[in-house]
Amino acid sequence: MTEKPTNPTADGGAEGNGQGETPDRRRFLAALSFGLGGFAALLVGVPVLGAVLKSMWKTQPRVWRSVGAVDSFKVGTTVPVAFQNANPDAWAGKAGRTAAYLRRVSASQFTAFTVNCSHLGCPVRWEPKAEMFMCPCHGGVYYANGDVAAGPPPRPLARYPVRVTGNTVEIETTSLPIDGRVPGPS
Amino acid sequence: MLRTFRRINDWIEERTGIGELIAPVMKHLVPKGSSWLYVFGSATLFAFILQVVTGVALSFLYVPSTSQAYQSLKFITENSALDHFLRSVHYFGASAMILMVGLHMVRTFLFASYKYPREASWMSGTVLLFLTIAMGFTGQILRWDQTAIWSVVVGAQQAGYFPVIGAALARFMLAGETLGGATLGQFFALHVFVFPILIGALLAPHLWMVVRNGISEPPRRGKPVKRATYKQEYEELLHREGVPFWPDAAWRDVAFAVAMIAVIVGLAIAVGPPELAAAPDPTHLVAAPKPDWYLLWYFGVLALIPHALTPYMIIGGPAVVFLAIFVLPLFAKEGERHPLRRPWAIGTLSVVVVFIASTWWLATWEPWSPRYDAPPLPTRVVGTNLTPAQQNGAVLFHDKGCEECHRIAGFGGFRGPDLTYVGNRLDPTELTWRIANGGYNMPAFGQILSAKQMNDLVDFLETRKPTLSHK
Repeated sequence: MTEKPTNPTADGGAEGNGQGETPDRRRFLAALSFGLGGFAALLVGVPVLGAVLKSMWKTQPRVWRSVGAVDSFKVGTTVPVAFQNANPDAWAGKAGRTAAYLRRVSASQFTAFTVNCSHLGCPVRWEPKAEMFMCPCHGGVYYANGDVAAGPPPRPLARYPVRVTGNTVEIETTSLPIDGRVPGPS
Repeated sequence: MLRTFRRINDWIEERTGIGELIAPVMKHLVPKGSSWLYVFGSATLFAFILQVVTGVALSFLYVPSTSQAYQSLKFITENSALDHFLRSVHYFGASAMILMVGLHMVRTFLFASYKYPREASWMSGTVLLFLTIAMGFTGQILRWDQTAIWSVVVGAQQAGYFPVIGAALARFMLAGETLGGATLGQFFALHVFVFPILIGALLAPHLWMVVRNGISEPPRRGKPVKRATYKQEYEELLHREGVPFWPDAAWRDVAFAVAMIAVIVGLAIAVGPPELAAAPDPTHLVAAPKPDWYLLWYFGVLALIPHALTPYMIIGGPAVVFLAIFVLPLFAKEGERHPLRRPWAIGTLSVVVVFIASTWWLATWEPWSPRYDAPPLPTRVVGTNLTPAQQNGAVLFHDKGCEECHRIAGFGGFRGPDLTYVGNRLDPTELTWRIANGGYNMPAFGQILSAKQMNDLVDFLETRKPTLSHK
C-alpha cells in the first residue's frame, strides 16, 4: 500500500451511502468544528504565548545604583564598577549584576561606558597604560572616550546615565546595548 | 518458550496492527547500489536518538537555575565517573550529529537528490539543519560558565541586528533587558523542549517522504530527471533490480551507526567532556566567548567581514545562505543529477569547503584578537647598544599596546604587520605619520602619545633592521 503512492481524492473520500448528513450540513459541521477548534486554540494559545514571549516587550524600571564614593575615583582614570540590576530575580545569583567602566573625566564629570563591544557584545578590556578598550573577540578597539579606534565595531561604546549625588557616584540601570543604540536617555 | 512469544506477538498484532504498519516500510524496495554514501542520514537519526537518551539522563542531574547550574555541572563532571561519562557522550554525540548532518547534506547535494520528487525532503532538511545548529548553540549555553553567559550576550547582540524585531528578539534571548535569573530558563526550555519537539515534528515528514518517494537512486550520467517520466522510471528500476530495504540496505546503516557510537564512546572516555570555563559572572570582565568547533569558523567570518558591511551581514549573510539552500530544489527541480554533469554544483561546494576550512583555521588562532598577555620585549630582542630614548621606545612598544597587535622577533600579536625589520621599510616621517593617524585596523595614537613618547617609539622602531638586532 505504501509502495504505490496514489493521489488521495480532494475531499478525503468517505461519502458514505447517503444516509448521513446532507452536503450543506456537512460543510456547516466542518466549518463549525474548525471554528470551535480555532476558538479553543486562541483561548489557550494567546495567554500561553504571551507568558512565554512577554520578555520581548516588558521593560524594567530604571533605578539609580551607587557604584562608590566620588573620592575613590581618580581624575583621568577608568575603572570597572559593578551594580545590581533594577529588578533581579531572587535566584539570579551573580547574573543579577552588571558591570560598567567608569571614567572620571574631571573633578565633577563622570562617564559610564557599557562593557559590551558595540560589534557583538563581548566584554571589552580597559588597558590603562595604552588608554584604550580592546575587545578579545574580533579585535575591536576604542579610545578612552569610547569612540571607535579600530576594528569592526560600528558605533562608540554605549553609555549609562551617570550622576553624582552628595559624595556618591550613581549609575542608572538600563537595558544592555543589544540593539546597538545608546541605552536610556543620555 | 518460542511458542509463548509467538502467541503474545500474535495477540498484540491482532489488536494493534503495528507489524502490518511497519512491515511494508522495512521491506520497501530500494535501488541496488545504494552504497556506504547513503548512511549519513540514518547516522544523523541515530545520533539524535543518542542525544535524546543522554539528554534526558542529564536532565536528572542538571539544575537549570542561573545561580546553581554551574555548581551542578561541576558536580556532574567531578563527582561521579558515570555522570562524567554521560556529559562527555552528550558532547561528542552533538558533535557527531552535526558532522553527520553535514555529510548527509553534502551527499544529497552532490547527488542532486533534492530534485523532483524529493524537493520537500530537502526543504524540511534545511530547517532540520538549522534546528540542529540551534540545538548545538543552546546546548553550549546550558554549560553556564563564563563563556556561556557571554555567548548569550553575543547571541542577543547578533539577534539585535535583525531588522525591526531585532531588539525584541534580543530581549527574548536574554529573557529581559539584561542577563538575569530568567536567562538560563529560556535556553533550558528551548534546548530541552522546544527545539527537540520541532525536530521530531519535522523528522516525521522527512522520514515519511523517504518511504513515499524512495531513496534517490545513484545518479547516472546522461540520465536527467524529467518530471513527466521520473516516477514511472523509478518504479521500473525498483521492479527490475530493487532489493528490500531490510536487511539488504539497512545493515549498512546499522553497521555505520554502531561504528559511530563506538567512536563517540571511545572519545568520551579518552577525551572527556569540554572543560568548564570560570564560574559565570557578568561583572568579571576576563572572558573571550568562543563557540564550539562547529560554529568556530563562523566566529572567524564575523571578524573578517568588511567593517562597513558588518551590520547588514550579521543577519543578512546567514539569512541569504539559508534561504538559498531552502529554495534550491524549487529552481533546480529537473535535469542532470550526476555531479560530473553539474560543474556549478561542484564549484559551489568547493568554494564553500575552502571558505569554511580557511575561516576555521584562522579562527583557531584569531590573528585579529589583541594579545593581552604579550610580555615586554626581552633584552636580547631589544638589544643592548640602544640609546636611552630607544630603550624607552621599546618599553612604550609594550605598554601602549603596540605589541598586542604587532610582532617583533616572535613576540606580540598578529593583527598588524610584523615590525621585526620595520626600520628597513619606513623612514621616521612615515612611521610617525602612521602611528599618529592609525588606519583601517589601527588606532590613531596622535592623542595618546606625547611628542617625546612618539619620538622615542619611532627611534626604537628605526633600530629594527636585520643588521642591528639580529645575526
